[in-house]
Amino acid sequence: MSQSYNRGLIEDFGRWKEFSAGMWAWIFHKFTGWILIGYLFTHIAVLSTSIGAAGNEAAIANETDVYTTTLGGLEGLFLIRLLEVGLLAVAVFHILNGLRLLMVDLGIGLEAQDKSFYASLVLTGAITVASVPTFLTGVGI
Amino acid sequence: MAERYSSFTPGGTGWFLQRVTAAFLVVVLAFHFFLLHFVNHAYEITFLGTQARMENIGYFLTMVLFLITATFHGVNGVYNALVNQGLEGTQKKVVLAVLVIASLALVAQGTYVALTMRGMI
Repeated sequence: MSQSYNRGLIEDFGRWKEFSAGMWAWIFHKFTGWILIGYLFTHIAVLSTSIGAAGNEAAIANETDVYTTTLGGLEGLFLIRLLEVGLLAVAVFHILNGLRLLMVDLGIGLEAQDKSFYASLVLTGAITVASVPTFLTGVGI
Repeated sequence: MAERYSSFTPGGTGWFLQRVTAAFLVVVLAFHFFLLHFVNHAYEITFLGTQARMENIGYFLTMVLFLITATFHGVNGVYNALVNQGLEGTQKKVVLAVLVIASLALVAQGTYVALTMRGMI
């Protein structure tokens, strides 16, 4: 039978020096999750320029519609490219650690849950670094 | 068994849906990033190109489902994170109501945007 008791505050960030690998994984997952959902709202807002662009066939054909020019304008900014690299890092970590969490939930590889967290971090770093040239193509500082 | 430090009720609907959407999002988020940054580059995106992709019904439906599952997964995650931080009582109800309204608005706006990209509006 399950037992009810007051667990108190589950994440006491004041005790961060005592956190284990699993706790850091939990915190990073939450932090990257906040960024991703925040980004989703921003993403839909930017893509909403398609509402103004739709129907203006001449502008669409000339690629001068508000959707194309807005996205093109943003992509011309070095800061945006840098933020995109950051977003990739955040998304890749959330995906890899998410796979790790699904495994943990299924009870697979529990004894290696700390190692799989470190592996998620290393793989995220490697994929992010390898993606930098692609993300910075055709933009000046 | 070790104590569970999660606000999700194990075996509950919220717990289950968070994991089902996670499994879907792992694949679709990776596909989305790959397609729009490595196959097509973000700086080359035009309305014409977006329209061509969205005219494929499979792609269109995948993107709408992506929006719905991502919104649910993200907002449900935020809600549970706040509950873990000690949110309760009236505050908890108000936060839930605000998050539900924000989610519905995001899905409605995103679906409208997807329809304009497909040339249906």
